[in-house]
Amino acid sequence: MSAPTLPSDSVSSMPARPFASAVVFDDVHISFEENEVLRGVSFQLPFGETKALFGVAGAGKSTILKLALGLLQPDSGRITVLGNEVTRMRELDLFPMRAHLGMVFQESALFDSLTVRENVAFRLIEEKGVYDDETDRRVREALRFVELEHTLDLFPSELSGGMRRRVAIARAIITHPELLLYDSPTAGLDPVTSNTIIELIVKQRDVAKTSSLLVTHRLQDAFTMATHQFDPRTNQLRALPRGQYCDVPMSFLILRDGKVIFDGDVRELARTKDEYIKEYIS
Amino acid sequence: MELTSPTEFAKRKVQSVQEYTLLAAQSVANLFRKPLYFADMVQQADLIGVGSLPIVVLTGFFTGGVLALQTSNTLQRFGSITLIGQLVSTSMVRELGPVLTGLMVAGRNSSGIASELGSMVVTEQIDAMRALGTDPMKKLVTPRVTATVFMLFFLSIISDLVGLAGGLMVAKLFLSLDARQYWANAWQVLVFQDVFMGLVKPLLFGFIIATIGCYYGMTARGGTQGVGRATTQAVVWASVVILVTDFFVTKLLISVLSYR
Repeated sequence: MSAPTLPSDSVSSMPARPFASAVVFDDVHISFEENEVLRGVSFQLPFGETKALFGVAGAGKSTILKLALGLLQPDSGRITVLGNEVTRMRELDLFPMRAHLGMVFQESALFDSLTVRENVAFRLIEEKGVYDDETDRRVREALRFVELEHTLDLFPSELSGGMRRRVAIARAIITHPELLLYDSPTAGLDPVTSNTIIELIVKQRDVAKTSSLLVTHRLQDAFTMATHQFDPRTNQLRALPRGQYCDVPMSFLILRDGKVIFDGDVRELARTKDEYIKEYIS
Repeated sequence: MELTSPTEFAKRKVQSVQEYTLLAAQSVANLFRKPLYFADMVQQADLIGVGSLPIVVLTGFFTGGVLALQTSNTLQRFGSITLIGQLVSTSMVRELGPVLTGLMVAGRNSSGIASELGSMVVTEQIDAMRALGTDPMKKLVTPRVTATVFMLFFLSIISDLVGLAGGLMVAKLFLSLDARQYWANAWQVLVFQDVFMGLVKPLLFGFIIATIGCYYGMTARGGTQGVGRATTQAVVWASVVILVTDFFVTKLLISVLSYR
């Protein structure tokens, strides 16, 4: 399985950070109407790590991503993203912070009245006010990363579900964000397309060292990510020997009834005694 | 059907009014914050203003015509048929031009705005825009409000003019009146207060049309059915609020301008 080449300047030098974790959730509660979705959720996402969020439908996985982005505000608790306490920020102050984040929505959420080129360039056009040669170069680079350079002038409605998901990834990574949030990026896709997308996510994790939260229902995707590394020399995923799984910056978080019931790496997950988790991963 | 307690119902209504007021205030406040999205304003002015021109021209022309037809009988009975130009002119400029243009544009654009923004909400495009660091209020709402206010002002003037032309057609063809006399009467009767009233109203109506369309669009919930509901509510409420506002503005201006 080969992957497209990475944008040349995406391996940016990581700036020195005065804070230890990319994301910190501290006793977060949120309810919708009478339904309490999150009941005291706490976890940390260290820099450079990818954390896969699992749970049954309605467990609050997507809500966690929206809370991290500041699209929703919790009823109580504290959320810190890249050193910013988003729970205390006004909407207007959140916009500049979101420039350092990338989000891939479940249904892609591409702007349907804009072409692929305009969708991917959206953030750059917003920053500069024009579509110049530099923007065009970066758009092509991001689309090359997801192997969709030929779709520049198509509209989202002219793309397949998998292609839309890849364009959404290109749109999210074009500004080389420090934190990426993926909301079920492989949901509803065929296995081949799913593998391509997982490969892109692993590549972003291993080459650009981007921290990320990944919501998924597909355990096999997360296990692939936990047991493989991207090899830039061969431009392919490489399966790691069993003893080297701990080298992969990947962890798992499982939600049940609005609470975190597991937060650890793949070896801890394999050793768990919890019957619910055993059944879930079996 | 789920029953709602009167308290809950009242709370929801008060909350809706509060949310609408905030949206309307923010749409104006955003004009003083960068970026201004001038290109989006021009694009919306084209879609809303130029796109509405045919229906506004047709409505204005035939309203002026039918106004002349309907009143000719009564005027003839009092031997005042020559005043038909005055009647069409004052009716169109003070009332029918702005109100009918407002209602037509509300039917076309409140629904258009609500369905467009509503679709963006239910497909998470609004959330995506916020996630990309762009304020949808600035990018989507303010350009639509600005463009509608600006274009409705000129559309109302056009409607007044073609309404007078419609009246002229009836006066000339069916009532055998002199065209020059009709125009002279129509122009001479207009005073500052008439024109002022006729030009203030479209500014308010434009603001109502766009903000109500944006409000229902931005608060749409429940998939395609929710978008459909938002579209209908936008048209209904924009039309009702235009007519209610028209009454109070007319009363206020009559008092303030010491109108006859």
